[in-house]
Amino acid sequence: MATKASRSAARIMMAPAVVLLLGWMLVPLILTLWFSFTKYLPMRGDSIERGLDWVGFDNYARFLSSSAFWPSVQTTLVMVGGVLIITLVFGILLAMLLDQPIWGQGIVRILVIAPFFVMPTVSALVWKNMMMDPVNGIFSHLWRFFGAEPIAWLQDASLTSIIMIASWQWLPFATLILLTAIQSLDSEQLEAAEIDGASPLSRFFYIVLPHLGRAITIVTLIQTIFLLSIFAEIFVTTGGAFGTRTLTFLIFQRVIDSQNIGLGSAGGVYAIILANIVAIFLMRIVGKNLD
Amino acid sequence: MGQIELKQVTKSFGNTQVIPPLDLTIHEGEFTVFVGPSGCGKSTLLRLIAGLEDISSGHIEIDGTDATSLVPAKRGLAMVFQSYALYPHMSVRKNIAFPLKMAKMDQAEIDKRVNAAAEVLNLKDYIDRRPGQLSGGQRQRVAIGRAIVREPSAFLFDEPLSNLDAALRVGMRLEISELHKRLKTTMVYVTHDQVEAMTMADKIVVLQAGVIEQIGSPLELYRTPRNVFVAGFIGSPKMNLITGEEAAKYDAHTIGVRPEHIDVVDGEGEWNGTVGVAEHLGSDTFFHIHNTGLGEMLTVRAIGDVSLKHGDKIGLNPRKNEMHRFDAAGLRIA
Repeated sequence: MATKASRSAARIMMAPAVVLLLGWMLVPLILTLWFSFTKYLPMRGDSIERGLDWVGFDNYARFLSSSAFWPSVQTTLVMVGGVLIITLVFGILLAMLLDQPIWGQGIVRILVIAPFFVMPTVSALVWKNMMMDPVNGIFSHLWRFFGAEPIAWLQDASLTSIIMIASWQWLPFATLILLTAIQSLDSEQLEAAEIDGASPLSRFFYIVLPHLGRAITIVTLIQTIFLLSIFAEIFVTTGGAFGTRTLTFLIFQRVIDSQNIGLGSAGGVYAIILANIVAIFLMRIVGKNLD
Repeated sequence: MGQIELKQVTKSFGNTQVIPPLDLTIHEGEFTVFVGPSGCGKSTLLRLIAGLEDISSGHIEIDGTDATSLVPAKRGLAMVFQSYALYPHMSVRKNIAFPLKMAKMDQAEIDKRVNAAAEVLNLKDYIDRRPGQLSGGQRQRVAIGRAIVREPSAFLFDEPLSNLDAALRVGMRLEISELHKRLKTTMVYVTHDQVEAMTMADKIVVLQAGVIEQIGSPLELYRTPRNVFVAGFIGSPKMNLITGEEAAKYDAHTIGVRPEHIDVVDGEGEWNGTVGVAEHLGSDTFFHIHNTGLGEMLTVRAIGDVSLKHGDKIGLNPRKNEMHRFDAAGLRIA
């Protein structure tokens, strides 16, 4: 793979894939950018064939000034933050538990990973109908068993419910990554700390947690990317009502419900900007942790 | 401070007993080396003393008090691991300060002790670096530094030099010996390398399959090995062990002669053979002698550079007064 001929051959053979991937990314991006600067209401007869009216930054201004915008950004951040905290805290605890030698370790590990294989739509439906239903849900039975008034989860604690569902889906991923990280910890370090007089709690905070630093940043980074675009869980449970309208869902409503493609596209560009701000923050943390 | 006593200590993993009942006293200020082939239980024994493994039965006393059920931190011992076990995310300073911080010592005292340790071990120039930026020898020193700041009643070393290259190993060996002379603290040192044991120890404990074969000073073990195993294990190159007819001449089942106690003579000697491989070290030459009729290959040391080649005839005279005799059970005949 080092001669000139083989290198140019490799370049030629890779070209179709590169072109395809580039097009796959660039075409929607450019179309979104274009639509965001036009008035594009298909129900009122606007179409690409007839030419779209250029409206400058009107869509951007309208999207920002809409009363739904800032609440949706807040909802998005609360949801992503909530899921991250829950999956990391419980992920670390579960990983440490699964690291202990137990009987049937292999089966237990597969069971823990299982929720990750369930499609988001399915898991949201299961949670909605089986767990959180205010009349027949398992939670409502549990509440009644203890003599409490059942909670209408998706109505009264809607955002919490969505966070619970998403956490359930992403906990296996976090556990898996953190478990492999814990397994790579040199046991002599823990023994040295034990001889040095560190209590189990200090051993966790001074040895285990710093060792997990890199895995934690990677989990945070990957999960954030996917959590920012959560959609199915909201669509099948609350439909964006009761304060669960994230930025992603708001864009969906603008494009599909209001049939305003221009406005939705402008929202999409805002979402790109938000994702990039978050990404820059995270990259900084990762950079600090990867030295 | 620093007397360690093991009384009838045993250790089993499941159904396998790795250490049968064992008694051992390590006196205050002694440099004791546990030596033996790999898998002989020497590291396990050290971990039992440290408290990292629970003993199955028996007692461990440190400075006269029963430490059998004490947690490692309360035994007042410090340990240096084979992998050094430094904390990778902490600077050298924080690594060394860690045991003091865990003991909730005040910051001024911590600084004082860490600086003193850094001074002793020449760590000053890289005190703010992380372990990952240090060489093997430097990491070893940091690990020792982390042990000495605690001012323990005894140090435990678990094969601390086996990850270093040969030249560095000789240097660190000297440093540890000097540290012992200066601190006068009890040290227990585990190694599989009998050269390390011979050069550093006040007292060597030779172990095989969890059983103590012999305890003594390096020269005692060299001069009067208690059995065939110790005779073959201590000394480099290995002692020549001869059985059969030749041994019967000396009323023994096995006779042992060290390579340095066989003289090369001109012409015919008591034993005769042909030279195999010759290892020229400059100061000495080691000959491997074949076809002696003694059953085994012999190793012979000649002082200086002797010009005998592969295939040459050679005559040998063993020194009778330096010969070791062993009975059928492998025990020394006085």
